[in-house]
Amino acid sequence: MTQSLQAEPAVDETQVVDTSFARFINVQKSYDGVELVVKDFNLDIQKGQFVTLLGPSGSGKTTCLMMMAGFETPTHGEILLKGEPINDLPPHKRGIGMVFQNYALFPHMSVAENLAFPLEVRHLSKNDIKQKVQRALAMVRLEEFGDRRPAQLSGGQQQRVALARALVFEPELVLMDEPLGALDKNLREEMQYEIKRIHASLGVTMIYVTHDQTEALTMSDRIAVFNDGVVQQLATPEALYEEPENAFVAYFIGENNRLCGDVIDYQSDICRVQLDSGDTVLAKPVAVSEVGARTTLSLRPERVSILADDDASFENCFTARVQEVIYLGDHLRTRLSVCGNDEFILKTPNAEGAAGLRPGQTIRVGWSSSDCRALDA
Amino acid sequence: MSDSSTPPLTTADGVPLKVSLRRAVRRSKLKALLLVSPLLLFLGIAFVMPIFDMLWRSVDNPEVSTTLPRTVSALEDWDGESVPDEPVFAALVEDLQEGQKERNLGLLSSRLNYEKSGMRSAVSRTARRLRTLEPPYRETLIEINDAWGELDTWQLIQRESSPYTLSYYLAAMDRQFSPQGEIVKVPEYLQIHATLFWRTFWMSAVITLATLVLGYPIAFLLANLPLRQSNLLMILVLLPFWTSLLVRTTTWIAILQSQGVLNDVMVALGVIADEARWQLIHNKTGTIIAMTHILLPFMILPLYSVMKTIPPSYMRAARSLGGRPFLCFRRVYFPLTIPGIAAGGILVFILSIGYYITPALVGGQSGRFITNYIAYHMQTSLNWGLAAAIASILLLVVVVFYWIFNRLIGVDKVKLG
Repeated sequence: MTQSLQAEPAVDETQVVDTSFARFINVQKSYDGVELVVKDFNLDIQKGQFVTLLGPSGSGKTTCLMMMAGFETPTHGEILLKGEPINDLPPHKRGIGMVFQNYALFPHMSVAENLAFPLEVRHLSKNDIKQKVQRALAMVRLEEFGDRRPAQLSGGQQQRVALARALVFEPELVLMDEPLGALDKNLREEMQYEIKRIHASLGVTMIYVTHDQTEALTMSDRIAVFNDGVVQQLATPEALYEEPENAFVAYFIGENNRLCGDVIDYQSDICRVQLDSGDTVLAKPVAVSEVGARTTLSLRPERVSILADDDASFENCFTARVQEVIYLGDHLRTRLSVCGNDEFILKTPNAEGAAGLRPGQTIRVGWSSSDCRALDA
Repeated sequence: MSDSSTPPLTTADGVPLKVSLRRAVRRSKLKALLLVSPLLLFLGIAFVMPIFDMLWRSVDNPEVSTTLPRTVSALEDWDGESVPDEPVFAALVEDLQEGQKERNLGLLSSRLNYEKSGMRSAVSRTARRLRTLEPPYRETLIEINDAWGELDTWQLIQRESSPYTLSYYLAAMDRQFSPQGEIVKVPEYLQIHATLFWRTFWMSAVITLATLVLGYPIAFLLANLPLRQSNLLMILVLLPFWTSLLVRTTTWIAILQSQGVLNDVMVALGVIADEARWQLIHNKTGTIIAMTHILLPFMILPLYSVMKTIPPSYMRAARSLGGRPFLCFRRVYFPLTIPGIAAGGILVFILSIGYYITPALVGGQSGRFITNYIAYHMQTSLNWGLAAAIASILLLVVVVFYWIFNRLIGVDKVKLG
């Protein structure tokens, strides 16, 4: 398990059947027979990948993880691991490591005993167990803590023990259910790098569940954005941020200005949209394909520029009224009123001369049509 | 290590901080005390005082020393080798005459009769003839009742002349003082308390074990079922608390007696012959069955309160790490429920060894507990000293168990929900 991390680019999912390591095929799940928590979930995971299931709470992402671990059974569909269906395999025979939200360290066992548990149930020799436990503790830099009880450790240390326990029996797949949710911000960032480092050094495949988009963007090779039981988009972090395919993804990942309107002119690579305020905007059609379609335009706040009065370098230029300026240290957030939208955000780096805007002032802003994506309504 | 040279902290006006703080909280402390004072008073009168009274009664021994003061002092010079001489008898007659006037010879005769049978009639017969007695008394009294001519009668009076005695505790453990003052076992046909203590303890242990075996799965379900189902189950568990204890116990009689529901069904089904009906009640079996049922909630509730705090993720973690379901239970879940098992166990055991009404109703002769004997001595034999001694021993056992439990587990683990 020293194989290095292979970051697969997002390719056409249907062509990689043979090489896929873990696979969800048309998986559906219902708890009460009335509502589907997971609707037709498909996912292919390559060996060594770090895949994140990202979504708001109640979107079905944890359910998918639990189905992979074997604690929930799919109502419909199949789950494959190394090409074998595992629907009927009990959890203890799947050999999948798992890190739980609240760590689930056994409180009546010492740290070393916790780590030894998966090895003891596999009937390893005492010597092997001791060695492997020591190696796992070294991996998470807790060599000195083997004799402590979990309750005597800090949150971050408990987290690392949980990670070591999920890895100590050398599973090929590790599932993590919001493992950093209980940590404070600094510790969380530290642990993100720690997990990333361990993932890279072991080459183990990881499925990670979180509702924190920064965490997902930092750590993942690929991210599946969940909402309402459906995968909204499955892509690399860059693609997800730069090229969201629908309004939910654009709204959920990063900050986003929304302008609503109707398509009045359509070509395959550009379209003209008449906003509800009457203004027209040139945009890149993503989820619209015909004239008359209702659309939401999505525009990242950092892709909007302040223009000089005579500057016409962008297709879209508008007059804006400054509502509010918020100082955030490294950058400034300016709330503008543009095209009838009072919540239009402009993000500018705190460079020299940037802090000149005052509320009430009128300025000109513009953006390129390729940064303005016409998504579903 | 506080530095002694630093001055104590003071408030702005120079009053030491501690004094000021004490003054500030005094009012609220007083108010709190006032609020609980009715309960404290009630507990003092209805709980603490009776316990001390019981402990006092178990060693209290006033009868001989107050009724026979002259005899006791006349016996001081006695060599204890042979029946005493005339002065002692004269003192006895004087004491008995005095006692007859005071009407407390009854207490004396009962007290002496506990230790030596026949003493009741010795005292009462002598008392009846007191008016006509003439000195010298020695021969006459021995003529009236042989007991006065026996050496151990006088040894008994001398031994029990102290205002405190251990003889109730000895009797509670089937022991007595020999005439020579040594502690010996009572004759076999009188040995009853030790058997009853032993039976009380082992049957309580069996009942505790039975409630654990039956209650553990229920507590698990209570802690793990969805809220709606677990609420319903909780009501079923608590239902016995809303039913009279007497009703529950007599129901068991109706079910278990030899012409009862269970036996009738078994005979009708042909499982047992009509003449070989099971004897399930008025014996040990009856006591164990009925008490297991009655004490079951006291096992379930502490178990439940502990199990509720065990997140399901522990078992999931254990499963995902490769443990078979039973192994996960044994290595992970079960050890975490031990505080609940101990709490429920100690509760059921302590309640069980002190249980009275159920063994009395369904226990027959063989299924009785030591508590039934306490009641017997309270109500029938009127030997309150012995009843108090038995009860004090029970109290001691409970305290010892409680102490062990507190050392091993911690008494704060006993919760009922």
